[in-house]
Amino acid sequence: MSAGQPPLNSPEIRRLTPVLGPGYTYGSVTDKISAIVLTRPTSFGWFVGFGIAFSLTGLLTIAIGWLFTKGVGIWGIDIPVGWGFAIVNFVWWIGIGHAGTLISAILFLLNQKWRTSINRFAEAMTLFAVACAGIFPLIHTGRPWMAFYMFPYPSTMGLWPQFRSPLIWDVFAVSTYGTVSLLFWFVGLIPDLATLRDHAVTKPKQIIYGMLAMGWRGSMRHWHRYQSAYLLLAGLATPLVLSVHTVVSFDFAIAIVPGWHTTIFPPYFVAGAIYSGFAMVLSIAIPLRKAYGLEDFITMRHLDNMAKVMLATGLNVAYGYFFEFFMSLYSGNKFDVYLVQQRLHGPYSHFYYALILCNILLPQSLWSYRLRHSVPFLFVMSIVVNTGMWLERFVIVVISLTRDFMPSAWGRYQPTFWDWATFLGTIGMFVMLLFLFVRVLPAISIAEMRELVAETSEDEK
Amino acid sequence: MEQHRSHIYGALAEFTTPEQLIHAVLKTREAGYQRIDAFAPFPVEGLAQAMGLKRNLVPLITLLGGLAGGLGGFGLQYWVAAITYPQNIGGRPLNSWPAFIPVTFELTVLGAALCAVFGMLALNGLPQPYHPIFNVGRFVHASTDRFYLCIEARDPKFRLPETDQFLRGLNPHHVSEVNDD
Repeated sequence: MSAGQPPLNSPEIRRLTPVLGPGYTYGSVTDKISAIVLTRPTSFGWFVGFGIAFSLTGLLTIAIGWLFTKGVGIWGIDIPVGWGFAIVNFVWWIGIGHAGTLISAILFLLNQKWRTSINRFAEAMTLFAVACAGIFPLIHTGRPWMAFYMFPYPSTMGLWPQFRSPLIWDVFAVSTYGTVSLLFWFVGLIPDLATLRDHAVTKPKQIIYGMLAMGWRGSMRHWHRYQSAYLLLAGLATPLVLSVHTVVSFDFAIAIVPGWHTTIFPPYFVAGAIYSGFAMVLSIAIPLRKAYGLEDFITMRHLDNMAKVMLATGLNVAYGYFFEFFMSLYSGNKFDVYLVQQRLHGPYSHFYYALILCNILLPQSLWSYRLRHSVPFLFVMSIVVNTGMWLERFVIVVISLTRDFMPSAWGRYQPTFWDWATFLGTIGMFVMLLFLFVRVLPAISIAEMRELVAETSEDEK
Repeated sequence: MEQHRSHIYGALAEFTTPEQLIHAVLKTREAGYQRIDAFAPFPVEGLAQAMGLKRNLVPLITLLGGLAGGLGGFGLQYWVAAITYPQNIGGRPLNSWPAFIPVTFELTVLGAALCAVFGMLALNGLPQPYHPIFNVGRFVHASTDRFYLCIEARDPKFRLPETDQFLRGLNPHHVSEVNDD
């Protein structure tokens, strides 16, 4: 930092780039956020968006129904590519979820105030992304009605899961992640549910929110324990979120397939997860703040910070690509070298170049202050990064599997209509859940915004 | 049960700022009241200290939950892999503990998180379908922008109208009686 510049945390800097628009009181933040749920009429646009998302969810139901009728043969998977879209989509969705936990837990521990207005819907995004992710491993097993075999339970056959397998680690990692994310989200919601209970004017809403709020009355003795629990949950979720994508990367890294068997996978998967997750948070935050007039709560400061996190994690991912590439060549292992050649010149090379373009080259534009402050540009860039991260998983899964050790085991992979239908269906389900979420629960944490009002009013004194 | 107190839960003073509430809590404790509670729409900084709240049991319960999850998780895997369902794979050791670490870690986090949340709820006595404080109509603002101090009737110093007078002396916005019937 150069001399004469005020420190980054100084009041002057904070006033220039507020995390909360000026002039808000405890009452006005409460009214503004709770009104979205309680009094605002459901707009025509909401019905259109919900209708589209709901139709895609219907498509998902049909795709899964047909899958259960006919079996996984309706997909493009074959031998050698037994994983295909199901695993590509699984890794993509679970990665997206990671940003929600990062925002709610890690930024909370680091005392980053700007997380306050985005953590709630980012956590909701995590839950819905994990729900979408969870579908894929379940339905790709071929006999999903036997999925409970993966859990340790005393079966009459005396059969137990193989705990040395990364696929079983994955079951535990993802189900723990889903459970802890749900708990974290719900604990954060309790005070807000009490607010909605007290603000609701119709009897059904009072009863439903009242039951969900469980009699929360804002007692200081309760807040005291609540804060301990919340802090501990943040502390627990932090290593958890890092472990989840690490375990997902073990699904690949522990196998001996060329291009998978590498130690850089865990950190590079985690960075990629946060990268795509922040892109998804931006893809959601930008339309949300516009549709519900939340520009004072989700300010340019938030969008700018998220773009910076995207840029930073994008560079981590670029570092991962570079070293993956370098180590394959440096190892002199002919299968690894051949895989690099396949990525650059093989039948799927256009996916690899598209991935480099989407994940490394185009996001460098975020170094520009002006572009980081252009909302439409950020929205487009968030979609670009999400696409790039999906391509990354496609490249990892498909190129490696089509080029195994023996030429006799080489093959091609072509997704079918049903692969696409299932993938688009989960996107529809994700969007549908988000639409429902913003209508029935506060998309921004009201209690934490009141805390922010208290803190920012202290700063101004 | 003391019959004459059963209808009154306590006296409730309403304040408009968190600073007033902290001040009032300090004064009330100085005056010798012990059975008091404060209510706020967000965790007011400094209020827990003003009320004399120190440690709570949530961290201990979380630790125990984490230990139970971790030990139970490892124990389950050891029992499955080495005792009840041993599989000899290339002569490798049955207790292949490094391979058990990921699941042990996940179950540690799961046990700790479940205990943190349900421990917190249990210590807070939630869910609680009824509480007399909600009989005060104005208390709906406790979840928006008002701050409340309640002196409970079971406090040995609680006397009406003296306690009521005392609360009025703290310059509140409003004072109400909390009925319990």
